[in-house]
Amino acid sequence: MSAPRVLPRLDSENRFFWTAGAQGQLRFLRCQECAAFVHPPRPVCRGCLSEKVAPEAVAGTGTIDTYTVNYQQWRPGLEVPYVIARVAIDGAPGVFLTTNIVGCAVEAVEIGDRVRVKFEQHGEVYLPLFEKIA
Amino acid sequence: MPPADAYITGIGQSEVGVRLQRSPLLLTVDAIREALTEAGLAIGQIDGVSTYPGRSAAYLGFSPIGADELIDALGIRARWHLGSLEISSQLGAVAAAAMAVRTAQARHVICYRTVYEAAAISRPEEYTPLVRDRVDGYSQWFTPFNAFSAANWTAQYAMRHVKRFGLTREQLAQIALNDRANAMLNPRALVREPLTMEQYLSARMISTPLCLYDCDRYTDASTVLIVSAGDAIDEVECTPIRIAAMAGTVERHSWDQAEWMACYPTGEDLWKSTDYKPSDVDTAQLYDGFSFQAIAWLEALGFCAVGEGGRYIEGGKRIALDGELPLNTFGGQLGAGRLHGFGFAHEAVVQLRGLGGKRQIAGDPKIAIAASGGGPLATALLLARD
Repeated sequence: MSAPRVLPRLDSENRFFWTAGAQGQLRFLRCQECAAFVHPPRPVCRGCLSEKVAPEAVAGTGTIDTYTVNYQQWRPGLEVPYVIARVAIDGAPGVFLTTNIVGCAVEAVEIGDRVRVKFEQHGEVYLPLFEKIA
Repeated sequence: MPPADAYITGIGQSEVGVRLQRSPLLLTVDAIREALTEAGLAIGQIDGVSTYPGRSAAYLGFSPIGADELIDALGIRARWHLGSLEISSQLGAVAAAAMAVRTAQARHVICYRTVYEAAAISRPEEYTPLVRDRVDGYSQWFTPFNAFSAANWTAQYAMRHVKRFGLTREQLAQIALNDRANAMLNPRALVREPLTMEQYLSARMISTPLCLYDCDRYTDASTVLIVSAGDAIDEVECTPIRIAAMAGTVERHSWDQAEWMACYPTGEDLWKSTDYKPSDVDTAQLYDGFSFQAIAWLEALGFCAVGEGGRYIEGGKRIALDGELPLNTFGGQLGAGRLHGFGFAHEAVVQLRGLGGKRQIAGDPKIAIAASGGGPLATALLLARD
């Protein structure tokens, strides 16, 4: 994809997530009271309203819940086709990431495929892309 | 005692087109004039205004005319008004107006949706394009991965139906084909050329399984529905259409965290609040900005089981004008244009009044459903001619 990606604006709530790839980790906020994961990141648990939420690393693997192959060139220079997928994150029940599946042909992607995070660095931002586990 | 019921009375629609030169305020006024004329009401009798999503300052083509501006421009003496994005989708503005008249906060409420995206894109010097170097809020979870459009998000829901329930392209095509067939009988429809299965199947993909013909296109238009209080309908000349039940829900607003589309709980809620049943419905007008959304609504509203939507519309006969459940008889958003939700309620009223002309369904229809929204927002209105 040659067109530059539009990156997230970092703030005090999301910075830990978008920079975690610098340590090669995928991290999500987790409630220290009820153990629920909190995503998108916010300073309160959506399960029990506790404010004791802290980033925790997960394994970085997951399962493709659903996907689509995008063919539309939404922006000049955008290389198509590419896979957009919704990945269910291992060890973080109820948490999903919209992402791209990279490193394989678009025809090779299926619901249920096992995938592993592969960070793509853009300055201080590390986008969590995923590739299939061979 | 506040009135027990709310009714849709006058309805109106502007010219529908792309890259219209007429200003969005005047398009709105065109639709209002038509609605007032039909209802036999004067603008001085209007005391409420409701719209979705209100003035969209950052991206003006999406919604250029806010409730405040309309009230001021037309000298409306409003006792109640609303212009909000944070309601249960487009027809949530009608549901809110129904609550306002049922609580005696207003007697006649103009509800409208004005869209101007095609014109705005063609006049960037006047309508500044939305350019973002960084994204925040919910966009940060999609845009960095080049998932720019609701087409991408909806396609992923549709793909689950393809893989889990065997939804085929030929089944999905029935929404687009039915829309075009009906649009050809609607003088105001945006796209009035026929569409064949061969054309559909050979169309370029946008985001699998959605092809070009599964997606609506930017449209310039305004649609108006007047909601009137039960104790004010003797002031109205047209046949009042009762809002017999309504429901609206919100899912987790980051589409990718929602387990499912909001239409499903909305459909369940709707039937809990009424004695009517799906089998009482004479025609369904269901949101189809993307074709798959109409299939999801058919399932959500109990016309068929979850996962059976594709087989329910197989071959297209059941949803045709002369079918068991005529669907999107004005052409839906794929044929009539991206009226953005309000077109469905407008058409439900047209059909219940028997004013559909060449597209009028037979059999003296008395009950219709209008639904708006896909993804995390949904509203359903059950409409009755008593």
